[in-house]
Amino acid sequence: MKFTGTFLAAAAALAVGGSAFAGTLDDVKARGQLICGVTTGLAGFAAPDDKGEWQGFDVDVCRAVAAGVFGDPKKVKFVPTTGQSRFPALQSGEVDMLARNTTWTFDRDVKLGFEFTGINFYDGQGFIVRKSLGIKSALELDGASVCVGTGSTTELNLGDFFTANNMSYTPVVYVTADEIRAGYLANRCDAYTTDRSGLAAQRSVFPNPDDHVVLPEVISKEPLGPLVRHGDHQWGDVVRWSLNVMIIAEEKGLTSANVDEKKASTNDPEVKRLLGVEGEYGARLGLSNEWAYNIIKTVGNYAETYERNIGPSTQIALERGVNALWTNGGILYAPPFR
Amino acid sequence: MAVNAQDAAPKAALLYDAKFRSILYQIITLVLLIGFIAFLATNTISNLEKRGIATGFEFLKHPAGFGVPFSLIEYSEASSYGRAFVVSVLNTLFVSACGIVLATILGFILGVARLSPNWIIARIATVYVEVIRNVPLLLQILFWYVGVLSALPTLRESINIGDSIFLNNRGFYTPLPIAEPGFMAIPIAFLIGIIATSLVSRWAKKRQEATGEQFPVFLTGTGLIIGLPVLAAIVTGFPWTMEYPVLKGFNFRGGFVLIPEFAALLFALTLYTAAFIGEIVRAGIQAVSHGQTEAAHALGIRPRPTMRLVIIPQAMRVIVPPLTSQYLNLTKNSSLAAAVGYPDLVHMFTGTVLNQTGQALECIGMMMLVYLTISLSISAFMNWYNARIALVER
Repeated sequence: MKFTGTFLAAAAALAVGGSAFAGTLDDVKARGQLICGVTTGLAGFAAPDDKGEWQGFDVDVCRAVAAGVFGDPKKVKFVPTTGQSRFPALQSGEVDMLARNTTWTFDRDVKLGFEFTGINFYDGQGFIVRKSLGIKSALELDGASVCVGTGSTTELNLGDFFTANNMSYTPVVYVTADEIRAGYLANRCDAYTTDRSGLAAQRSVFPNPDDHVVLPEVISKEPLGPLVRHGDHQWGDVVRWSLNVMIIAEEKGLTSANVDEKKASTNDPEVKRLLGVEGEYGARLGLSNEWAYNIIKTVGNYAETYERNIGPSTQIALERGVNALWTNGGILYAPPFR
Repeated sequence: MAVNAQDAAPKAALLYDAKFRSILYQIITLVLLIGFIAFLATNTISNLEKRGIATGFEFLKHPAGFGVPFSLIEYSEASSYGRAFVVSVLNTLFVSACGIVLATILGFILGVARLSPNWIIARIATVYVEVIRNVPLLLQILFWYVGVLSALPTLRESINIGDSIFLNNRGFYTPLPIAEPGFMAIPIAFLIGIIATSLVSRWAKKRQEATGEQFPVFLTGTGLIIGLPVLAAIVTGFPWTMEYPVLKGFNFRGGFVLIPEFAALLFALTLYTAAFIGEIVRAGIQAVSHGQTEAAHALGIRPRPTMRLVIIPQAMRVIVPPLTSQYLNLTKNSSLAAAVGYPDLVHMFTGTVLNQTGQALECIGMMMLVYLTISLSISAFMNWYNARIALVER
């Protein structure tokens, strides 16, 4: 099987690697590093900071997995992928997982051979326009030129929305988020459409963010989450439960600051199981029993990473909305840890 | 041992036979190659199956669902992926064909300009060639795109020529003739004009060779090719209506539009390739020795026919082969369209379609086949042309 892998890697055009199929966890451990596919740069979700370190909400999912596997969130190599290159990169085994604003759809789950391992952000597609256009609703966009990224569900939703409402439009299709922003700012299009989180992120880096307004219509469901190759269930479980740990930690009030104290003092059996005080939960995943503790200690719970990267106090300024815990009126909900 | 050696002797002779050995090596190589390909194919198929990745070309019939900014044929969100494929191939061909024509014209002007006795013209051409040739094409495409977008006025401040032609940073809008019944007479007349011109030119050549009398072929040809369609239009009573672009809401509607992405790509491809063609033309002309010109003059041939009948035919033999590879380069370079979002084959088909369907092998395979076909066709045509103008040795 290894031989097959090398052979096919040589025939790179085939984009199918044999060795990367099963045992991703073993590969990652042997490599000593997780390789995680992220966006080419979307403020708040995944972008390098001024020191060249990747930061963001999606980046933290990668860091959580690395923390779970190695106990060290720094053991990640980030591979920037475009909307076009992300799927071949994962299919071919170039990356171990994707965490890059990817919408969970039937086709991607079933036809492309992927497995979505949860939802870290519930999003929906919207439009941003210049305030000077004076429009209040996306239904007034008949005849507009719309900037959109290629190879995304966004492109299809855009077509569906205008067809369903009997309106015409001209798409202007770019590859990277930076190109789309440049095109929109150069007045090439009247509106820019993508997931509303993406719009908020992009607006935060516009020269005059206040000159632009996000229209109220949400034209699609966009559940964004990490994904892995189909068929490697052990690895799928590791990624799925790394995300769940962050959500459960928020539910249980565990933060990076208080997890040590809670670990010593808690009487909650679920917290004891989670932090490895009781049971062999980590070992069943092929990890140490401290794995969840490491994630919470080094990356933090869901709320912490949300507030740090995209919350109301940041430039992106996204309210929790539907992404609040189910106990707080949102739909964020993790299965019980037992 | 001795007995064995004797037995083996005739076989050893066969093995040392040069012809047998070369055939054997070829068979072994072939078997290994086929085995390697079969290995890759079965592995690919089994890996695809194992991961549940869909295969086959069934997806071409499914509705595409996405819009296209620029299309030469009717296309909507309800069209199939197959139609989207055709749209993208036509877009690639369109920008390549326009680029080849313009680059050839500009390239010939540059080549002649570099040889100009006028110092300023020759230096300008040299500077142009050296600058353009040495800046990466991708950079030039981006430069023109940013240039086009920021130099042109916005929609509301469009440059307006007679309320029918508009120019802004969304595109170049012109009226579009919509055919009515009887319109087909015009292209047919055009075709007849071309055929008649070629017949006239053949007849004129024969007559000149026989009698030495000349005939104004160029004027007659122009008259036939332009005159006949105009006549047809008058006879059929101008069977078309013009659809004018009108500013409605956010954009101009109706008419024909060239998008800025196309303009940027075309500018960059033309200017870049023209620099190379200029050098090829200069080399071609310089390859014809000055003695040829002097000989022609000595025979009493005037300067213009000397250029047309003596210098250029000989220069073309040097020019055509490298020109072919420039045409191929231009066509392949058009795939950089993705950088500015012109919906060519690479950007639209392997970008959008590949991502929507996830069928990488099929999409990349189709794309490679298209480029191969285009390149081989250009190559075949240029080889035919080269053979036609080649020196016929007697």
